[in-house]
Amino acid sequence: MEKKLPKIEIIEKYCKGCHICVEFCPKDVLEMKGFYASVKNLEACIKCMQCELRCPDFAIKVITE
Amino acid sequence: MAFDYDKYLRPGKLPHIWCPGCGHGIVMKGLIRAMDTLNLKKEETAVVSGIGCASRLPGYIDCCTLHTAHGRAAAFATGVKMAKPEMNVILVGGDGDGTAIGGNHFIHACRRNINMTYIIMNNYIYGMTGGQFSPCTPTGAKASTTPYGNPDPGFDIAKLAIGAGATFVARGTAFHANQIDKLIAEAIQHKGFSVVEILDDCPTTYGRRNKYKSVIEMMNRLKEVAVPVKAAEKMTAEQLQGKVLTGVLYKDETKPEYTAEYAKVIERATAAK
Repeated sequence: MEKKLPKIEIIEKYCKGCHICVEFCPKDVLEMKGFYASVKNLEACIKCMQCELRCPDFAIKVITE
Repeated sequence: MAFDYDKYLRPGKLPHIWCPGCGHGIVMKGLIRAMDTLNLKKEETAVVSGIGCASRLPGYIDCCTLHTAHGRAAAFATGVKMAKPEMNVILVGGDGDGTAIGGNHFIHACRRNINMTYIIMNNYIYGMTGGQFSPCTPTGAKASTTPYGNPDPGFDIAKLAIGAGATFVARGTAFHANQIDKLIAEAIQHKGFSVVEILDDCPTTYGRRNKYKSVIEMMNRLKEVAVPVKAAEKMTAEQLQGKVLTGVLYKDETKPEYTAEYAKVIERATAAK
């Protein structure tokens, strides 16, 4: 069965570049691209929602079906 | 599915004023999730705060809100609760606002056991006014007014609240984000004065002066010091040295609640006429 990938939406207008999502992602899905967080490896995402839960700035949404 | 925070946020208010990496945003998300779990109606919920970084929180939440004088959140909230006992009253504030400037209001709200929930975001410092030491600053820590180290021992907010008479006391940390909403929800449901202390990080005025290299280092410190209450039962006093207990620390459902007791006073006074 093909794995359904989530959609990780990063709202750059809200992101303050604190690194929390990048550091606490257990699967190393995110990286910092310049000032903002961005998705590096979506394939590895296990939809644990830790980034969405910990982002203090409401800047990440992990959209699953 | 992603949680829809927009439902409880005032439109157009984000991004918020808190610094990059500040845990107040994490606590606000926890509060919103708790409000959603309990399905609190916006017109029946009042969020009250004093002054400070943490006290900016009601500005973002879309319900009845009150931003009051420094340290007086408990006083104003008591007024709201007495006038409308059916309302869910939630107080938010920092450690300086709650335990120093509003310390007196805080202990007396605890003593009365009035049905409100106080969320104290303890970041160990006065963040907004420039990093002065607060009653929660640990001994030896540096602040703008204690550049050679703080000589004062700090307050234990949870023990203070229990001692003053609060009937529900819990503690969480900004690192353990998924625990925050559960603690807040349980506190709101409790009939009586409930205190939820959330250990927080202030990278700008506390971390920078106390040799924390980054927000991540501060978050990892919260992760290391926190010990759940149940795990602590199996640990020795030596192992618990320097640790902080998290979870529900105290719960007492036998103490009478203030608004109910006051209604009896009104009844007696009207009958006497």
